[in-house]
Amino acid sequence: MHEHPLVQLTLARMREFYREPEAIFWVFGFPIVLAFALGLAFRNSGPGELKVGVAAGPGDSALAATLDASQQLGATVLDSAAARLRLRTGRIALLVVPGDPIVYRYDSTRTESRLARLEVDDALQRARGRSDPAAVRDERIVEAGSRYIDFLIPGLLGMNLLGSGIWGVGFSVVQARQKKLLKRFMATPMRRSHYLLGFILSRLLFLFVEVVALVGFGRVMFGVGIRGSVLVLAGITILGALSFAGLGLLVASRARTIEGVSGLMNLVMLPMWILSGTFFSYARFPDAMIPFVKALPLTALNDALRAVMIDGASFTGLGAPLAVVTGWGAVSFVVALKIFRWR
Amino acid sequence: MAGLDLTVAAGECFGLLGPNGAGKTTTIEILEGLTPPDGGEVEVLGGSWGDGAPDGGRALRERLGIQLQETQLADKLTVAETLQLFRSFYRRSHTVDEVLALVELEEKRGARVVTLSGGQKQRLSVACALVSRPELLFLDEPTTGLDPQSRRQLWEIIRRFKEAGGTVLLTTHYMEEAERLCDRVAIMDHGKVIALGTPDELIASLGADQIVEFALSDGSTPAGLDGLPGVKGVRPGPDRIALTVAQVHRAVPALLVLVERQGAELSLLATHHATLDDVFVALTGRQLRDA
Repeated sequence: MHEHPLVQLTLARMREFYREPEAIFWVFGFPIVLAFALGLAFRNSGPGELKVGVAAGPGDSALAATLDASQQLGATVLDSAAARLRLRTGRIALLVVPGDPIVYRYDSTRTESRLARLEVDDALQRARGRSDPAAVRDERIVEAGSRYIDFLIPGLLGMNLLGSGIWGVGFSVVQARQKKLLKRFMATPMRRSHYLLGFILSRLLFLFVEVVALVGFGRVMFGVGIRGSVLVLAGITILGALSFAGLGLLVASRARTIEGVSGLMNLVMLPMWILSGTFFSYARFPDAMIPFVKALPLTALNDALRAVMIDGASFTGLGAPLAVVTGWGAVSFVVALKIFRWR
Repeated sequence: MAGLDLTVAAGECFGLLGPNGAGKTTTIEILEGLTPPDGGEVEVLGGSWGDGAPDGGRALRERLGIQLQETQLADKLTVAETLQLFRSFYRRSHTVDEVLALVELEEKRGARVVTLSGGQKQRLSVACALVSRPELLFLDEPTTGLDPQSRRQLWEIIRRFKEAGGTVLLTTHYMEEAERLCDRVAIMDHGKVIALGTPDELIASLGADQIVEFALSDGSTPAGLDGLPGVKGVRPGPDRIALTVAQVHRAVPALLVLVERQGAELSLLATHHATLDDVFVALTGRQLRDA
């Protein structure tokens, strides 16, 4: 068993990988550092106090005091030059100009400014004696899975599977080709399929460590849970890893130099990092682009991972994205095998 | 490559000798089934490469040991791990310990490939070829770039393999290596075999087995050299004149008399046994080393 070429090829792949400290960092350390930094930067503390300005003029300080009394608002009296500058740089969300009528000056494309508009108006109208005919009561909750970090962790998982698949497979194949090691293997009775399968098997073994490290980190540090079944999540990550290993083989199938393959890898990965909804939802792209974005393997994988981790979906609801992931992997693998340069 | 017609017998060590670019590597890689020939027939151990082989030549590969000139083994693996990997490809192979003993790398068993010296790397490369218990061993420039001691170690490994009944086909551009190791040698130049035979036969083809080299201080070439007793050939070179000589004890005094009679002065006089290098020079007019 230990003597089997497939076992030996897989072992060799793994040894070469874990003896490379840089690779360890980029595969295991980097996603965790990224999750930690982004999780801290975008933690859900709510919008906080909205800064607004009151333009200097008759009755300005009374107006500022009224607004300041609201918990949601912080008001400062400003002369017109300072007010313009702060409004432009976003340090205040809105400027109130006293007079009759009172003027609200703000940028209506900014969410924060529109929120300030509502809060300021509400505070002013109440102070001037508005009465609310309907009785209301606020009930504040925090919905699990709605935070940015809940969105981010599955995306990072997908991105990591893509990165380690393409780098892990692509670099080693091209390095072996460049060092004429591939040619040396061709001079033995080694089966070509064993060589390629060795890459895929070693990817699957590392995959386990990758996923446990990132998901475990999200759970311990930010309380990011898995709503769906762990087995479904495992199935999807395995499928994703296989698919990206296939893509990695395709990228590396012809290149003779590391420089050449690096360019190809970036060409494949960069668009997906941006388009596939890793750091922000791809729904922000124009509608015409969405079908194209959804056809990318990373988009499909991210969608499936989020469906399981956030919405608790099972395999049944994930037919479309999983078909996209599988399709990319299968086609890449077959084409890679056809055009592979063995020497 | 043109008109190459070679037969290597079982149990012999056959050398392809020639300068860089003579087509040695192409020839050996065609024989190894790594480069498809443009035409012609190749038969290795009774089998052949190409479409005829139903298993992609795997059965044939089981019986070969191949060392390539440019292969760099994986840096991060240890010596033992590398050999373990290569032996897993063969049905019938040496154990790691056996093959380490063959190439005397036992003490480097656990060392990573990256830490090995040039000679040790080369011995590991040969070990990867020997691990399959080959009947036929292909070595492409096995000692190029090695120090003299490492070179002798490798020669010893190859000699032992041959003594155990193995057949060797090697390429080299060191005539000394070919003379010491090879039963027969094909001298190649510009993709052609220009001489074929045992090293002794090739040297004997010069007609004499001694070389006398001399130069005159004024750089001139005296007339009447080929009439001297025992001189079989005259080759003027850029900085010296080489005489192929059957009897040094008759030729040298006659040469000295000739030089004195012309009133010239010797700036160099040396004699040595003829080598394959002299054969190459006689055939091509160029030195093997800087050809």
